[in-house]
Amino acid sequence: MRLLTHNMLSSNIKGVTNGFPLRLEIEKAVEKQVDFNVDFLKNMFVKIEWKALVDASRAMGYVDLPDQTEPSMLDSDEFLKKFHHALLELHLEEGALICPETDRRFPVNKGIPNMLLHEDEV
Amino acid sequence: MCGHVTVYPIRVKDIASSCVLRLLDYRKPEVESLAELFGAFDSSANHNSLEWRLPLHHHPDSPFHFVRLPSEDVARNIANRSILVKGIYEPWGEGSSYEELEEAIRAYPDEWKLPYLSSESTFKITVDSFGKVISFQEQNDRIRGLSYIPFKGRVNLRNPEHKFWLMETDNYGSNNGLPPIVQRRIFFGREVGAADRKLLPTYQLKSRTYLGPTAMDAEMAFLMANQALVTPGKLVYDPFVGTGSILIAASHFGAMTMGADIDIRVVRDGRGPDCNVWSNFKQYGLPMPISLLRADNNLPPWRPGLREVFDAIICDPPYGVRAGGRKSGGRKLLKGTVGPYTVPDDKRTDHIPSTAPYSLVECVHDLLDLAARMLVVGGRLVFFYPVLREDDSIDSHYPDHPCFKLVASCEQILSFRYSRVLLTMVKTGPYTEDIAESAKMKHLEFKENHLKWLEDGNLHSAVFSPADAQLGGASDSKSSKELKPKYRGKYV
Repeated sequence: MRLLTHNMLSSNIKGVTNGFPLRLEIEKAVEKQVDFNVDFLKNMFVKIEWKALVDASRAMGYVDLPDQTEPSMLDSDEFLKKFHHALLELHLEEGALICPETDRRFPVNKGIPNMLLHEDEV
Repeated sequence: MCGHVTVYPIRVKDIASSCVLRLLDYRKPEVESLAELFGAFDSSANHNSLEWRLPLHHHPDSPFHFVRLPSEDVARNIANRSILVKGIYEPWGEGSSYEELEEAIRAYPDEWKLPYLSSESTFKITVDSFGKVISFQEQNDRIRGLSYIPFKGRVNLRNPEHKFWLMETDNYGSNNGLPPIVQRRIFFGREVGAADRKLLPTYQLKSRTYLGPTAMDAEMAFLMANQALVTPGKLVYDPFVGTGSILIAASHFGAMTMGADIDIRVVRDGRGPDCNVWSNFKQYGLPMPISLLRADNNLPPWRPGLREVFDAIICDPPYGVRAGGRKSGGRKLLKGTVGPYTVPDDKRTDHIPSTAPYSLVECVHDLLDLAARMLVVGGRLVFFYPVLREDDSIDSHYPDHPCFKLVASCEQILSFRYSRVLLTMVKTGPYTEDIAESAKMKHLEFKENHLKWLEDGNLHSAVFSPADAQLGGASDSKSSKELKPKYRGKYV
């Protein structure tokens, strides 16, 4: 699971109002190289919850993302490379996503987050 | 440059005499989608359709069509990318006899012909007759008959700069199942672009490692990707990803892909470490999906504020005919036969939640709501929708949504009673609070009336029940069936 996915997901258990961002429980993290695509990054930049991405990347051990951003940074290759790396190349292989409100654990196995709810959570 | 360009969408299978004409309904929408993709339309124009013309005496399912395109580059791009077009040609002349053809070619302006006939160039002429094999001798005779065209270049059969085609249709007795050709028609033209014939053999399902029972065949998957205007760097989502066959086509065209499925065995495990969704992408040297996850389309786990993130959503939802759809919530729970069930804490980790059948109407409602929320404005939703063939006016039954405009609907007949229609919709307006609110109400209504919707939306029983149990009188359904040509969508 890449951090782009993490940035899009929330806990949708019935009654939960603050299901985002999910906390990361990391058993095994890997890096997977992805082709660099500037247009894609620029499109995604405006959709991303920045703080959640920064926190998640730090939890994964990558500390190079700045706390604050501004649109002019998209002209910087150096910034785009860091953004690319954090968004697409850090990969949670084994672990879990934890609901911030209920501590419900959504397991991640073989890189696949299991977001299916139990009967009593629907 | 040039005025009319002929689209000649026959795909010749293995040997020249065995033509495959299928997916006839899909041809024009595909060309129009690709025309839009390659910038054929003025962005201010409201209605993006091309000007089509049939050759004289040809019926609408003819393998030949004339279409007006703005430039040769657009035509070449369309031909190279298209699945159903065999080639696009600049027509130099046509006629009902070789005399008429000669007259037309002579009348075609020299300034458009001579640049392709110069002495430094190489060329090749191919003779093609639709529905009949012409002997080598006959082919040579016909080529020699073109000596009134001042070819100055050298012949090069392997790798010519310019390819010319002499194409003929006639009533040869057998018309490959198509309506009879009234009168012979002959075309001569210069090839502007041709289809990539390696694409489908490369991706055909029988060579793919990991397959499910409802994997989308390669031709259709690529066609869907074309309808969705997939280009490099776009983000494409399939909420019913299965073994990934649709995303493979999108990925071939350079898209970033994401997929979800409610069945964790399919999406996570496959049949082992070298036989799963990831390995399918690896097999073709395609970039891995950005994300695969297990999620329920009925209760998608996207964060509430997330909007307009996908460029296209392409899918084949489970409608319960070949594979049944499932959604969260226990079957008995939704039926009301058992009370709410709480999973004991010590069993939560490995608990396998039970799921309930997912009715067609609810599935489509959820898909449109998801697409309305998650597609960018201008993004496309491309999906299959099932129809019973007894229905005379299927058009009025297509799902609609205030955020979407239907761009194309192409029927593929699957059985005597059942077709699937590929719907292509474009998002034309934003997802407003009002739309979100009414979608939420509808979601709750589905939950309340789970059983009723299941019965109303049970396509499986309509498709597989005995014939006399069908809706409506037998005589009615018979007459409507006769109106539809039987060869459509089949191998002919």
